Amino acid sequence: MRLDSVLESVEKVETTAEAYAREAGFDEDTASNIAMVAREAAVNAVLHGNKKDPAKHVTAIFELSDSELRMSIADEGPGLDPDKIPDPLAPENIMKGSGRGVFLMRAYMDEVHFRQLTPGTEITLVKRRP
Amino acid sequence: MSMKFTSRPVGGITVLDLSGKITLGEGSVTLRDAVRDTLATGSTKILLNLGDVNYIDSSGIGEMVSALTAVKNAGGDMKLLNLTKKVKDLLQITKLYTVFDIYDDEASAIAAFSK
Repeated sequence: MRLDSVLESVEKVETTAEAYAREAGFDEDTASNIAMVAREAAVNAVLHGNKKDPAKHVTAIFELSDSELRMSIADEGPGLDPDKIPDPLAPENIMKGSGRGVFLMRAYMDEVHFRQLTPGTEITLVKRRP
Repeated sequence: MSMKFTSRPVGGITVLDLSGKITLGEGSVTLRDAVRDTLATGSTKILLNLGDVNYIDSSGIGEMVSALTAVKNAGGDMKLLNLTKKVKDLLQITKLYTVFDIYDDEASAIAAFSK
């Protein structure tokens, strides 16, 4: 799906992710967590990647195979170096009011991949089916 | 459902009963405003009742951390009450479970403010 860089798009990604997660057979808690991290990826794409630029779009692709649910969310922003994302568990960051989105993706998913596009960043979230 | 709250005084403590989602946008802003407005009344002891909060994202977590910082900067204290499993899991994963003072029953939480 190709979405505008608005917060309403975040809700669409989230509800679609939850529907796929339920279709995949994940329990309620896991499906909710999958939806939540898809939401985090969409928030990053809309706010940090595209910075709500109406000329830029977010692309979300959902793939359900026999073995896994794979969600790819891409923006058209300046790019993101995943190695430069601060560790939210570090003492100097623990009381910060932001910076936990990618950490939660890694905590709840089996795989998280970053791919640099020209322009933009694609985050792929993978959860193996039960 | 976005977040809603009601405020009630209990023995010098302001209890904020929250319900719904604390997520980016309306939910996190509502929490920020609720805490700010409480502090503006001069009440610096706040108990956040999260018993009916069924969903929270990283923005919501961040808003709770910022609220704790704001309350402590005002010379007060903020405690959490009735965490759902989902919120408890999130606070544990993000290592914030020990940052917050967390209670399962309101009387114990209220009493803890005077310790």
